[in-house]
Amino acid sequence: MIQRNPILDFVSHLILGIGVLVVIFPVFITFIGSTQTAEQITSSNPISLWPGNNFLESYRLALFGGKTSGGSTIAPVAPMLWVSLITALTIAIGKIIISLLSAFAIVYFRFPLKNLVFWMIFITLMLPVEVRIGPTYAVVSSLHMLNTYAGLTVPLIASATATFLFRQFFLTVPDELVEAARIDGAGPMRFFWDVLLPLSRTSIAALFVIQFIYGWNQYLWPLLVTTNEDMYPVVLGIKRAIFGEIYVEWNVVMATAILAMLPPALVVILMQKWFVRGLVDTEK
Amino acid sequence: MEKRVLFRSAWLPWLLIAPQMTIILVFFFWPAGQALHQSVLQQDAFGTTAAVFVGLENFRQLFSDPTYLASFKTTAVFSLLVASLGLLIALLLAVMANRVVRGAPVYKTLLIWPYAVAPVVAGVLWLMMFASPYGVVAYALQQMGLPWDHLLNANHAMALIVMAAVWKQISYNFLFFLAGLQSIPHSMIEAATIDGATPWKRFWSIVFPLLSPTTFFLLVINVVYAFFDTFAIVDAVTHGGPGKETAILVYKVYYDGFKAQDMGGSAAQSVVLMIIVIALTVVQFKYVEKKVNY
Repeated sequence: MIQRNPILDFVSHLILGIGVLVVIFPVFITFIGSTQTAEQITSSNPISLWPGNNFLESYRLALFGGKTSGGSTIAPVAPMLWVSLITALTIAIGKIIISLLSAFAIVYFRFPLKNLVFWMIFITLMLPVEVRIGPTYAVVSSLHMLNTYAGLTVPLIASATATFLFRQFFLTVPDELVEAARIDGAGPMRFFWDVLLPLSRTSIAALFVIQFIYGWNQYLWPLLVTTNEDMYPVVLGIKRAIFGEIYVEWNVVMATAILAMLPPALVVILMQKWFVRGLVDTEK
Repeated sequence: MEKRVLFRSAWLPWLLIAPQMTIILVFFFWPAGQALHQSVLQQDAFGTTAAVFVGLENFRQLFSDPTYLASFKTTAVFSLLVASLGLLIALLLAVMANRVVRGAPVYKTLLIWPYAVAPVVAGVLWLMMFASPYGVVAYALQQMGLPWDHLLNANHAMALIVMAAVWKQISYNFLFFLAGLQSIPHSMIEAATIDGATPWKRFWSIVFPLLSPTTFFLLVINVVYAFFDTFAIVDAVTHGGPGKETAILVYKVYYDGFKAQDMGGSAAQSVVLMIIVIALTVVQFKYVEKKVNY
């Protein structure tokens, strides 16, 4: 054991403490702001660091919308949270399903053009949505998928990282299991369902956490394919709240920001073990 | 690498890969091909005349356009700042978290959750602290005689988006550095300590070299993050402004294609971005190969 050095220990705790404060401070300020009234915020210099008593009203306005005294119309965030939830779940579950299937085909079957298929999936890593926004938008629009859940999710569902993660994992599954399954007369799908899937539970959980956050936080893609406010995910709601009206209700913007980050932050904190695993595994 | 035992079926593997292949053909390869195709065509903004083949004219125009070259420079400065600050701060925190005996899991939990925060939310959080007149940090700076105005001052605007982007990325870097530090054998540190090496010396001659694969990997990831994932921060905080001073490349592709309706130019920019991603992926791949040979 290395000897302890009390001074260094103190410095370590000090630096970590400052780090934690810097990480939490912006959220603290935003939360405080969301408990005040819009007039209180815009007339203050600087904003008060004590919570105001407008908490319920700010969040009611943010969640359910309505007219404000300033004359702005607030779009309700509750339906946007619902859109975000559906989108994030569809993307996460969809990615897991199609990646499991294609990884199973690539690892457990021999078929013509297998290498080509493998490389085609690999190359998609090099084509993030940001580098092909114009043409992808054109494709989605010609398929009449604008302002639909399909348009929001399907183009983001293909994932090379998830396919590779499952491929790596399947390669570590002992061959004896396949042999045993075949002796028992089980076909490939039976083997997939009864043996491979239960063994992959940990990888699936880890991947789910990462992909849920990925789906929830998408911004550029929904910005392009949704023009109808009914189909806005909550991250776009924030932009709508800031730039949508002449008179910005900052307390509502702050409440919306808190509401938008709460679900994924809770997922990370409550599923921390899977999250860390998923993050490290997908980057291997 | 392959399995010894395989299943045999003429149609099942095709059925299994069909969903993934359909999606990547329709939403990846087709649009990427379109981007390549459009990048060599020119069409007026109203689409009244047929597009004409112009060869590399769009690219020639792109690289003789001072605003595009300025956007390249902006992106370079931005990525450099985001990657270096993000790595430095995360490394410091990870080394400290690896040292402390008590409270390490608590620090870890408190430091990693910003990963879950959407970039646009990160942008808004930082905007709240620097907005005038009520932003607390803007106020504090004002009191120190440093008036803050990210709406007019380009350096302030850049600093603001860098801070928001770094704040969000620290958690990711921290986790990877911490994992890297924990995989360093304790006996090596002990041996150096017995030989009388100071903590400072131990860090630079043992820990840091052993962390270099992690650092290099994170460098690539952070550059990719700064290039692409920070679009939302720029869009929500500065709108590329003041002027075009914070319009990074991805923001410009979006703006030129969807706001200015210059499809050929936007497609040419997409192709340039694709080349950058391919270069970064190749660099990363080379590194992965090296790691295997360790």
